[in-house]
Amino acid sequence: MSARRAASRSPAAPAGRLLLRGGRVVDPSQRLDEVADVLIDEGRVLEIGARISEGAGEASVVDCAGLVVSPGFIDVHCHLREPGREDVETIATGARAAAAGGFTAVCAMPNTDPVTDNQAAVGFILRQALRAESSRVYPIGAISVGQQGVTLAEFGEMVGAGAVAVSDDGKPVVSAHLMRTALEYARNFGIPVADHCEEPTLAAGGAMNEGLMSARMGLKGIPAEAEEIMAIRDILLAKLTGGHVHLCHMSTRGSVDLIRWGKDRGINVTAEVCPHHISLSEEAVAGYATNAKMNPPLRTPDDVEALREAVKDGTIDVIATDHAPHHYDEKEREFADAPNGIVGLETALAVNVTWLVKPGIIDVPVLIDRMSVAPARLFHLPGGTLRKGSPADVTVFDPSAEWKVDPAAFRSKGRNSPYAGLTLTGRVHFTIVDGRVIHSLQGGTGA
Amino acid sequence: MTGNGPLGKDLLGLEPLTGDQIRLILDTAEPFKEISERTIKKVPTLRGATIVNLFFEASTRTRVSFEFAEKRLSADTVNVAASGSSVSKGETLVDTARNLEAMRIDMVVIRHGASGAAKFLAERIKSNVINAGDGTHEHPTQGLLDLLTLRDHFGKLAGLKVCICGDVLHSRVARSNIWGLTKMGAEVAVCGPRSLLPSAIDGMGVTVFDHIDDAIGWADALNILRLQLERMHAGYIPSLREYNRVFGVTRERLSRAGRDVLILHPGPMNRGVEIDSDVADGPFSVILPQVTNGVAVRMAVLYLLSGGRPELAESAKGGGAVAPGAPGGAGR
Repeated sequence: MSARRAASRSPAAPAGRLLLRGGRVVDPSQRLDEVADVLIDEGRVLEIGARISEGAGEASVVDCAGLVVSPGFIDVHCHLREPGREDVETIATGARAAAAGGFTAVCAMPNTDPVTDNQAAVGFILRQALRAESSRVYPIGAISVGQQGVTLAEFGEMVGAGAVAVSDDGKPVVSAHLMRTALEYARNFGIPVADHCEEPTLAAGGAMNEGLMSARMGLKGIPAEAEEIMAIRDILLAKLTGGHVHLCHMSTRGSVDLIRWGKDRGINVTAEVCPHHISLSEEAVAGYATNAKMNPPLRTPDDVEALREAVKDGTIDVIATDHAPHHYDEKEREFADAPNGIVGLETALAVNVTWLVKPGIIDVPVLIDRMSVAPARLFHLPGGTLRKGSPADVTVFDPSAEWKVDPAAFRSKGRNSPYAGLTLTGRVHFTIVDGRVIHSLQGGTGA
Repeated sequence: MTGNGPLGKDLLGLEPLTGDQIRLILDTAEPFKEISERTIKKVPTLRGATIVNLFFEASTRTRVSFEFAEKRLSADTVNVAASGSSVSKGETLVDTARNLEAMRIDMVVIRHGASGAAKFLAERIKSNVINAGDGTHEHPTQGLLDLLTLRDHFGKLAGLKVCICGDVLHSRVARSNIWGLTKMGAEVAVCGPRSLLPSAIDGMGVTVFDHIDDAIGWADALNILRLQLERMHAGYIPSLREYNRVFGVTRERLSRAGRDVLILHPGPMNRGVEIDSDVADGPFSVILPQVTNGVAVRMAVLYLLSGGRPELAESAKGGGAVAPGAPGGAGR
């Protein structure tokens, strides 16, 4: 897919030499975890080793002592709202939010207005991303025209224009026949089909997890089975077709069991979980907190525990943000009427560190696998590695730094975060794309 | 007014209240009952207070009951019938709240189709907020008037066996009754189609009866919920006819119990569906006393939230006495 790679490359002149000195270099793609220097030249990783000299003396030196140097994080699931809702996010603000969160690349879901369901729309997103001169943005095309669930969108042309996957995210693919044909046809282009698993008649009108909390609060619940029924349908269709099905934002213990069942049988199923689903339970919606309203909803503490275990054992392949900015006054309303979703790009690392690494559920290399290596592998993206010669997409973070979440400081236009005011652990210091520092903790986010 | 009275600033539900607070409201309602029996049904307790009855959903009984309670306490009242709550219908609730605040009103009684709407409003304005029904969440004054009616009849609530019959899933009345009754030491059961009970009903501290005859055999009182006709179209039950045959409270079923079972209904009734006419109009029905008690309970709530002292409720109902700290007093 050379078109995709070239198109998403920063148009800025290649950066000069950059030396990341003395950090803990963790690259699970080459089983690397040691204190070393990383030398970047012409936008590519030139060398990793102990005490690399500054070459011709012209390299900019970045002191990484005490920090982790990682292949750049990749988010396979975010909503950048452009075109259509530029008041809540644009590709530029979304890309900068991504940079601030340590993401060197993000995949933009196609549920925009108009829907990204054709090659021209895919091209528009890539053009806006180039203009932003920040993190890379890879478009995901729609599965069906207009996300109407009827006619297949033109996968071939969209992939030719730079789409990396297809999804009708925001909505489930209701028709099993359409999902089947999507999985079959996607094989021709080697792309995953990402599905939002939700049985629509069970979930209709639901505002939160179904259970005692929803009964007490008088809110219509969404049962776990609404997700699980579609998850197993998709897994069985992947078995039928041999296609790669990627299950978005898994939220229940039952889904984890079903994915494990599929993987055990060699079915081509992969799955993601969102930072909020491994950190918060339905208790967070108490008091009708609309910033804890999302779809799929926050589930029970037991589900949270199962999801954490699944990240650890690899049943869940990747952690993706489902970054969903909304205007503050859209969230400032009755719970049932408030839109679903939270912003996630700028808190993802800290949430993952705070709730997965700090309690000892996973270590830093596994975290980096789920946030960088695995996303690149599943969606066939450049990056996810610091191998010599690969694009110098690097994230440098402090896994033990504490900071207080202040949504007013977000680069995203969205402020809808359930973590506002919380002190979290894990902070991004530098985000580097093609050897160019696009975000630094001190200097802010460039462009 | 930002009363820090015995109930706090607002009455949003019975779930957050303690048994003592509920008992206080019921006890405070007692002296107010008498006012409605007078020729001149008016005392000056809330003179000068402005109250908005903000109804986003159609309601006759509850709105009129609140309005009488307010007027009998001499408050100045305005009724606002706002249409709809959906995003598409103009002004948002937060804007409505800000406008009310700007008019310096003292209390808001809100009925709204969205669960949590009363709390939403209460968090955004200084005025006292009374929940007159929010979505399928709570309807605390209905729960209170049901408790008062039960206590009037049985002389106590502790140990009483009350079964709530019907569409618990969509009922704010059911939730307020469950919290209120359990906090007062009553035993609570529910009976209805399983498709109209919350799937997590077992966690709410109630017994579930599948058969109405078993419920009748167990209960001292039945609180029979209105069956919304749209539940049939939404696929929750097959037909109203079958509902009546399987779950309807009929005189024949009651007579089989071999003892008196008190009948409550929050109204409006679907005669011949959840309740037969001869039961509704029968000797064990306290459906109209519920309505009468509704005014007294709402007077008590208005009084307590406005800063009225419970021990002065008796004198507040008389002559020109205004309780210290009550509207008309200092600090307003």
